[in-house]
Amino acid sequence: MTRSLWGKPAVLGLSGLAGLLLLVEVLPYSGVVSADFLPPTHRIAVALAKELATGAFWSALWDTLVAWAIGLVIAVLAGIAAGIVIGAVPVLRALTASTIEFLRPIPSVALIPLAVLLYGTEIQSTLLLVVYASFWQVLIQVLYGVQDVDPIADETARSYGLGTLARVRYVLWPTALPYVMTGVRLAAAVALVLAITAELVIGAPGLGSRIAVAQSSNAVPNMYALIAVTGLLGVAINLAARGIERLLLSWHQSVRGEVLV
Amino acid sequence: MTRVVTKIGLALLLPLVLFGVWWFATANSQNFYVPPLSEILRTFPEVWTRDRLRADVLPSLIRLAVGYTIAVLAGVSLGVLVGSNRRVRAVLEPVLEFFRAIPPPVLVPVIMLFAGIGDTMKVVVIAAGCVWPILLNTVEGVRAVDSVLADTCRSYGITGSSRVRHLVLRSASPQIAAGMRQALSIGIILMVISEMFAASNGLGFTIVQFQRSFAIPDMWSGILLLGLLGLTLSILFRLVESWALRWYHGQRRAQRGPS
Amino acid sequence: MLLDVRGLKKVYEGRQRPVEAVRDLTFGLDAGDLVCLVGPSGCGKTTLLRCMAGLLTPTAGEVWLRDKRVTSPPPGMAVVFQEYGRSLFPWMSVRDNVELPLRNKGVARRLRQDLVGRALASVGLADAHHAYPWQLSGGMQQRVAIARAVAYQPDVLLMDEPFAAVDAQTRADLEDLIRDLWRKLGVTILFVTHDIDEAVYLGQRVIILSSSPTVVREVLDVDLPDRRDQLTTRSDSRFTELRSHVYAQIQAAKRESTVGSHDAARPTDLAKQVLQ
Repeated sequence: MTRSLWGKPAVLGLSGLAGLLLLVEVLPYSGVVSADFLPPTHRIAVALAKELATGAFWSALWDTLVAWAIGLVIAVLAGIAAGIVIGAVPVLRALTASTIEFLRPIPSVALIPLAVLLYGTEIQSTLLLVVYASFWQVLIQVLYGVQDVDPIADETARSYGLGTLARVRYVLWPTALPYVMTGVRLAAAVALVLAITAELVIGAPGLGSRIAVAQSSNAVPNMYALIAVTGLLGVAINLAARGIERLLLSWHQSVRGEVLV
Repeated sequence: MTRVVTKIGLALLLPLVLFGVWWFATANSQNFYVPPLSEILRTFPEVWTRDRLRADVLPSLIRLAVGYTIAVLAGVSLGVLVGSNRRVRAVLEPVLEFFRAIPPPVLVPVIMLFAGIGDTMKVVVIAAGCVWPILLNTVEGVRAVDSVLADTCRSYGITGSSRVRHLVLRSASPQIAAGMRQALSIGIILMVISEMFAASNGLGFTIVQFQRSFAIPDMWSGILLLGLLGLTLSILFRLVESWALRWYHGQRRAQRGPS
Repeated sequence: MLLDVRGLKKVYEGRQRPVEAVRDLTFGLDAGDLVCLVGPSGCGKTTLLRCMAGLLTPTAGEVWLRDKRVTSPPPGMAVVFQEYGRSLFPWMSVRDNVELPLRNKGVARRLRQDLVGRALASVGLADAHHAYPWQLSGGMQQRVAIARAVAYQPDVLLMDEPFAAVDAQTRADLEDLIRDLWRKLGVTILFVTHDIDEAVYLGQRVIILSSSPTVVREVLDVDLPDRRDQLTTRSDSRFTELRSHVYAQIQAAKRESTVGSHDAARPTDLAKQVLQ
């Protein structure tokens, strides 16, 4: 059981990625797929380098990130607010107790036609979709957190004369915080997906619309390069979110796990 | 069983409440793009006749079903293979996480290159998008098989396909179910998007057609139908899952203790 | 001899240096024996049991079951683990749990049902066929695990501190159950425990182990009457003598720092680390 260099998971993982790059390089040449549909890695890499050198790429990236960030912030604030209000009012809480799983009535993409009508290709289209989808993620997790509040702790607080606002601050919030963090993390991932989707389908400014342009002008290597960028962006956001979550909840991590919905 | 039925009943209560909120919020709307809910409901049966349901909604659902099933079969079998071997898992994990991070709709232009614009494309898109959460969750579930249970199986000579069937798959089924749940949401999204891109029939296609011809209440009725579809599939999934995993829910309830 | 352990040795490749958990264990069981294995904590009892069960490959030495060398879990052996909650399949009913090894072995249906029925009845769970493990108490779950082992009709039944995680009263009942099953079914049992009283109460012989690196310290014959019960046997003077003797041996074993040719610093802790 010697721990050689080849046994370390990081090395193995990197070799996996290297293997993928190698595969994509070789496949088009082997004839299994046409090079028109899947360009070899080096061609994608060249396209990526060209993209990174273009100003338009960076402004598209910026547009995507701006829409993502604004939409996420709105969704998180609205989700937390709505979640706390629902959690603090017993009637509403009872209503939502068993139905949390169903709290996503309309798939966000159904709103695409509406967004097109209302805002055309402006950033608001993207925001409409991002906020809608992310809001539900945050809300669901906050409600799970609210549901998790120890009723005894709540009763105790009430018996000490703590008003609703105080109870929210001292009992509800600390319990719900880990769930809020999970919600933010999930929402961050969903927000990216929806931002890119809106840009791709509607044509709002951002990476998604750049991909659509690449596709329609048959710049296939560019398309793949941009898709790779979105993947890396998604990974980066996920890692950042997990990092922040670990930081903020270093005192709580052991207790809570993710509630999979 | 009554417990699940009660849950379903309560589940429908909330959408009804949301419905009510929607109704009152838009009751006096003058906005051309946001008509009152009453008007939408009025056009609903006019738009979604049996013929249209058969011509548009059914094909969409069939594509979703086929793509989703492919994703489940591929995701679970690959997941079991990858999850069973520590080395393989370590090698593939970053690659799989990368693919999972790619926003699924972005796959549409890529797959259009390979598969054109027909039904095949849509099914492939749905399968390609749905497979990742199922695959990754299966890997996780397989990894987390209890070591004592695994030893028990070894000592009783339960190996090979018997072991996969009786130990690995059943043990990982809660995680697999969670992955299938996420995949269902993704599937619905991709079903709609692939049709918005290129189609001649389908729910997504029809909604876009309404939007382009400015038939606003019709468009909204389509959105509403999509919502109902999502809700129905969600409920169905829940029903099947709570039946198939009743041992899991029972065990968790027992562990949590009387409360 | 039914079960033969010869010169068993297990060395773990630790992170810094190798840890010799088990140095040299040699003992044997004849058919129909009920032998208890006892030793100070961290003395490699679990390692030994896993080697015997074919779940772990020893560094040196051999285990022989009925003239066949044990290299992987042999068909003639059944193991009952300490963690009953984790050794039963939560998605199967009690009956299916007991039946699975038989199904896997290819036993015919009629015979299977017969064996399962009798096994569950013999542990007192005739009414629990359709219950799920997590619906049962800890003691009952362990009974299911025992029934599963019994139905399997093994040559040897290995039990790894099976009652360590149940409460004292349940433990007493289960101890009597084991002796009962042993007498009625003639099963050969190797019972590993850290509870000295339990070892003396149950066994015909008690094998006392040293601390790590483990060797056999002593094999003690328990010359108590065959019919034992919790009340009278445990207050018997001979019982007290025997248990005191075992206790003294274990204390001596703990005190002796068996400095081996490998590391000596807290071998028990390191072994635990590696075993995790």
